[in-house]
Amino acid sequence: MAQNISSGKRITLGEGGTALVFAVFALFCLVVAANAHTAAYAFHAIIFSAAGVGAVFLIFSNYARRGDALPALTIGGKPNYNYGPVKFTAIAAMIWGVAGFLVGVIAALQLAFPVINFDLPWISFGRLRPLHTSAVIFAFGGNVLIATAFYVVQRTSRARLAGYLSPWFVVLGYNLFIVIAGTGYLLGITQSKEYAEPEWYADLWLTVVWVAFLLVYLATLMRRTEPHIYVANWFYLAFIITIAVLHLGNNAAIPVSVFSPKSYIVWSGVQDAMVQWWYGHNAVGFFLTAGFLGIMYYFVPKRADRPVYSYRLSIIHFWALIFLYIWAGPHHLHYTALPDWAQTLGMTFSVMLWMPSWGGMINGLMTLSGAWDKLRTDPVLRMMVVSIAFYGMSTFEGPMMSIKSVNALSHYTDWTIGHVHSGALGWVAFVSFGALYCVIPWVYNRKGLYSLKLVNWHFWIATLGIVLYITAMWVSGILQGLMWRAYTSLGFLEYSFIETVEAMHPFYVIRALGGVLFLLGSLIMAWNIYKTITATEAASPAGEAALAPAE
Amino acid sequence: MSIWQKHAIFEKNSIILSLGIVVVIAIGGLVEIAPLFYLKNTIEKVSGMRAYTPLELAGRNIYVREGCYNCHSQMVRPLRDEVERYGHYSLAAESMYDHPFQWGSKRTGPDLARVGGKYSDDWHRDHLNRPQAVVPGSVMPAYPWLARTDLDYAHIGDDMKVQALLGVPYSAEMIASAAADIKAQATPDDPGAADLAKRYPKVNARDFDTNPARITEADALIAYLQVIGTMVDFKLYDDKANVR
Repeated sequence: MAQNISSGKRITLGEGGTALVFAVFALFCLVVAANAHTAAYAFHAIIFSAAGVGAVFLIFSNYARRGDALPALTIGGKPNYNYGPVKFTAIAAMIWGVAGFLVGVIAALQLAFPVINFDLPWISFGRLRPLHTSAVIFAFGGNVLIATAFYVVQRTSRARLAGYLSPWFVVLGYNLFIVIAGTGYLLGITQSKEYAEPEWYADLWLTVVWVAFLLVYLATLMRRTEPHIYVANWFYLAFIITIAVLHLGNNAAIPVSVFSPKSYIVWSGVQDAMVQWWYGHNAVGFFLTAGFLGIMYYFVPKRADRPVYSYRLSIIHFWALIFLYIWAGPHHLHYTALPDWAQTLGMTFSVMLWMPSWGGMINGLMTLSGAWDKLRTDPVLRMMVVSIAFYGMSTFEGPMMSIKSVNALSHYTDWTIGHVHSGALGWVAFVSFGALYCVIPWVYNRKGLYSLKLVNWHFWIATLGIVLYITAMWVSGILQGLMWRAYTSLGFLEYSFIETVEAMHPFYVIRALGGVLFLLGSLIMAWNIYKTITATEAASPAGEAALAPAE
Repeated sequence: MSIWQKHAIFEKNSIILSLGIVVVIAIGGLVEIAPLFYLKNTIEKVSGMRAYTPLELAGRNIYVREGCYNCHSQMVRPLRDEVERYGHYSLAAESMYDHPFQWGSKRTGPDLARVGGKYSDDWHRDHLNRPQAVVPGSVMPAYPWLARTDLDYAHIGDDMKVQALLGVPYSAEMIASAAADIKAQATPDDPGAADLAKRYPKVNARDFDTNPARITEADALIAYLQVIGTMVDFKLYDDKANVR
């Protein structure tokens, strides 16, 4: 005991060192703000500086509150799981989700009624559309992925999340990136590379955060007390590693000056196009697919209370999916100035990709074997199962659209937008909603959700919204594609471009209506989640530590 | 020992699993991307391509800032209807100095790869100011602030230095005279116009936004729009020699 008294409470090297780094960082950002070329960039430098000061404050206030020792890895032989970062990202996902859907609805209305641009630079469609895509993919999807990854890796490894401050650095740093990226678009700071719009300094920041994410994840895996790494973790790991590679490759840029937000991508023209869609398609493949398959492989078996259908199928599914996906990028560049050999490779691998995609779908759906009756009583499980069905549908539609002769019609039209949304709303968002409905009661130690009836309402309203959305886009896309190539009997082009734009109007209204329904569903969910978290009834007094089987 | 049991090596070691992932994802990307940097027929041989003038570059940066790629492609495909609607299909050479490329992926509005010279400056000015004034039924947002905002070109020389570093043919002389060239291109009868044309052959030099008193963002954007797709001399282009 004497030793304990003499050591007492000490600031760790991690706490002190991190605080020092952030203090220096905050000062540096102030210098940048003072010399910034544009006001918008100065604003961002001040946000970064404030974040640095905030980090120092949080580290010391946490030090003042915490006990002498850092939290134990195990309590009474059971893992002492760290759910703080999971809770933070789960709630952040909910908030960003509603915000992202709302911006999507506004952007959809702008296309139907351009007056809604209000002649204001900050909310004109060209700046709002990247805000929508980034908010739903990176802010909503990204927070869901971090929340579930941090939950699943702990539970399946039977080990506490690695690091004391680093998981918090990952979740707070990632959301700071979101704020910088989003405000940047509104202020006109963008690289104008689709789904990679943030400028060089936001990209650098994300790189640091992402490396920390990978290290926390790997260190937790290495701490595991289970002999095997569970299949969900393979997918999460592939997602984290590949996104790092893609991000670095596609965003290679030289800034004009450290005081300027502007940079120039090192690639140009046809090579830049190839790198961009190598990135762009695999943002779909690894961010929106591999990561969410990790969710499927953990949450569907847990919720259905059945083992994964086939272990061997999951091995084939995993390696085939990550190998084939990387090749699919050139199908975004059919009939462009990209050389034909690359287009053909992209098409061939996109068609082959159908197989592992459906392998994953079968593995997910067949996990329900013997538990199909639960679809009648559990709307959360129903949501996840429908998400897998949408996954199957859009992974059939995708390979079909990657066939060059189909793509000649579909490319540049709303069909692509419809396809993306059947994947994004039907698959990604629904499996995310399902995972959030599961994980929030678990980490907050609640008996269950506040209301399953509200989940049911959410399910049906959102499903109706998706159906309106994708059918409107199928019709408008195919219609516009056909109108562009229509000839009169005399051999002249039948329609001027503006005639094809005017023909889109009714479908743009229907699409916006579908979006409104989807947004409405997410608001119902937010209310349900809020009531679940603020409920006072706990599931078990000892909390999650009481039950920790190998799962 | 069956092959399924051999897979345990990935399941029991996170580093080996990570390395396996890196190897598997590297193959497709390397095979598709690397050859584009050394196969000589990737970019066609053409005559007429030059670097953007400083004013055009500043205009392109506004095009990038406003996210025009969200609705406009710059890539005419070699399909009968597109070639008739827009003009000669796009060549890889035409965007070889574009950092980043702006081929786009959606045509909510028409393709812009051949928009240069298709409309008058006045049309562009009115159209940017209020698209529905010249194209009833258009769903394009209005950009009235472009004609009201003075172009900020204090650092355009630094931009060109970075581009030169990346392989765009900007000489030291071009970079040094960047500000003068902007003024010369946007001002009618400017004494620097002859030097400008020597540095950038066939350059359009005039007052693009019909407001000679100021050099605005509209000047820069219209100068850029008017040069898109006009550099390559298609009278000299032999598409048989460039089959890829």
